[in-house]
Amino acid sequence: MCGWRAVGRVDAVRLQLLAWSMVAAGLSACTAAGSGTRPAIAGTGTASATPTFDGVRQKGFVQCGVTTGVAGFSALDALGEWHGLDVDVCRAIAAAVLGDARRVHFTPLTAAQRFAALQSGEIDVLSRITTVTFQRDVQLGLEFPAINWYDGSGFIVPRASGVRSPRDLDGATICMSAGSTNELDVADYFRRNHLRFTPVVMERLDEVTSAYFAGRCDAFTQDRATLAAVRARAVRPADHVVLQDVISKAPYSPAVMPDDVRWLEIVRWSVYAMIDAEELGLSSSTVDGAAASADPSVQRFLGQSGGFGSMLGLDAQWAYRIVKQVGNYAESFNRNIAPLGIERGLNRLWTDGGILYAPDLR
Amino acid sequence: MTARRLRELAWQGAVLAVVCALVVLAGRQARENLAARGIAQGFGYLGRPAGFEIAPGILPYSSRDTYARALAVGVVNTLRVSALAMTIATVLGVGIAVARLSRHRPVTMVAGAAVEAIRNTPLLLQLFCWHSLWWLLPGPQAGLRLWPGVWLTSRGLHLPTPWGSPMASRFGVEGGLWISPEFATLLIGLSVGAAAFIAEIVRGGVLAIDQGQADAAAALGMSRWQTLRHVLLPGAVPMMVPPMISQFVNVVKNSSLGVAIGYPDLISLTSTTLNQTGQAIEAIAVAMTCYVGIGVTLSLCVRAWERSRA
Repeated sequence: MCGWRAVGRVDAVRLQLLAWSMVAAGLSACTAAGSGTRPAIAGTGTASATPTFDGVRQKGFVQCGVTTGVAGFSALDALGEWHGLDVDVCRAIAAAVLGDARRVHFTPLTAAQRFAALQSGEIDVLSRITTVTFQRDVQLGLEFPAINWYDGSGFIVPRASGVRSPRDLDGATICMSAGSTNELDVADYFRRNHLRFTPVVMERLDEVTSAYFAGRCDAFTQDRATLAAVRARAVRPADHVVLQDVISKAPYSPAVMPDDVRWLEIVRWSVYAMIDAEELGLSSSTVDGAAASADPSVQRFLGQSGGFGSMLGLDAQWAYRIVKQVGNYAESFNRNIAPLGIERGLNRLWTDGGILYAPDLR
Repeated sequence: MTARRLRELAWQGAVLAVVCALVVLAGRQARENLAARGIAQGFGYLGRPAGFEIAPGILPYSSRDTYARALAVGVVNTLRVSALAMTIATVLGVGIAVARLSRHRPVTMVAGAAVEAIRNTPLLLQLFCWHSLWWLLPGPQAGLRLWPGVWLTSRGLHLPTPWGSPMASRFGVEGGLWISPEFATLLIGLSVGAAAFIAEIVRGGVLAIDQGQADAAAALGMSRWQTLRHVLLPGAVPMMVPPMISQFVNVVKNSSLGVAIGYPDLISLTSTTLNQTGQAIEAIAVAMTCYVGIGVTLSLCVRAWERSRA
């Protein structure tokens, strides 16, 4: 095949052998590496059963994934502070675990980035208007500890359009954000009702919002509480209407990874503690005075009996601190959501005609 | 086989082995980590119903179709805008190059300024610029009727076809051929962006040809335009082919910026798929394979064309 000119035959054969043996060695190294010992996933030699919980205590702060800015749920104020119902969940966790509600670092995420950020360990907890769905629970391997807001897909339309119900939107162009459950809800709703629409899908919520206000779409679909926040950003909010109809269920929950059950329970009971506090009548201003209460439920909540804190790996005061530093659910709602003009509706306590219902600390 | 050839073979083998080992290791690690985190794997999702709608295009699609179909719509949308943009960019680019080669100073200056302005600003910025122009147009109810049957509104351009003309409807204009603002924006942005680079490639190619050829053409009594058309441009083509291929591949890749303005290209639909299924590695791998496939096919086609005319 080639010339043998410069090299003796033996040399050539030896070199050829060397060449092929290196290829073989490389390939076998490949196979060996592939079928070798199972690599440790936690990154350290000894895998911990509570990696996130340990990590948070070691760092001294909770890394919390939030929106890039949705008023009422997670948004920055003029001073650079995060506020919102979802932000309060992060603060409650920090108050319970680290003793200080301010020890939270926030990671703003788009809808499309949020799950990867959690799966890769970039954040400890995702608290970002995230709807619980079967696929997210089962396929993405996420855990949703506790629902903290009940919402559903709705529409905002210009008042001048005369649209009163989603059924009037046959043939309309509808703006939506990529990777949202709204994308699926609208497709289902229009198919069910034999209506047609043209979607305009953009990744960032602020881009969709600008496109809607610029008149690119006849309607903009999102969960209704977010739409109220969008409407508040209009030059003249009165020119836009959030339709009454809700076309889907959208229960929001924070999300965590399943590899740390202790952390999952802490997130779950931090949410429950805010709801239970409201039911028990404990607020940030009354919780100190409640120390003298004879109510066994209040005594358990404040850690005077029961020893529930230590069961979570926390101290006895964990729930007290949540209420003292962050407030109960009603305080969080009134501070964050009520100013947007959103009714509490389904999110009232079960004792007030809503469906907000948290198990007791017992 | 010479010793040198064998040494080369040994090195190639070693590099191949290392690369292969890295790929296999990364793959294994990813699979184990995904399994440990309870994240779904594999390409089974491609056969499941996508459940979301896509703005109408060439390929028929409904929300009951599969993710594979949705991605195919993305590929077709990417190809459609890229192919048109390459054509327009080439024509525009040659035009700008000819203008820059002109003897008339104002013409060269204007063409030069345009090339510099386009080449030195990010394409994304240009896209946002073109996109915002649409929003200055009147709304769908008060759309401009440029011509009988031709409507221009903030919702796009409607043109009459032999099968039907655009008509006013409840939500603006319907029927006829519809060019969405997103498609038009991306097409204009990609065409203008690539034209600036192509103009420089063409100009470079022409200038690289020996002055003697132009002199010879002039001696034969050819006009300046004839010289350019029959002597300089054909001579410059072989030199222009390799950089032109990279420009064409760039157009295909840059079409992914359409995601920022809401054009349903391959990346946009990959992003939605990724988010609905959570299968990031698979979704990105599929998108990468598609882009590599398009790019390689494009280079092979241009090279084949080049050989056929040589």
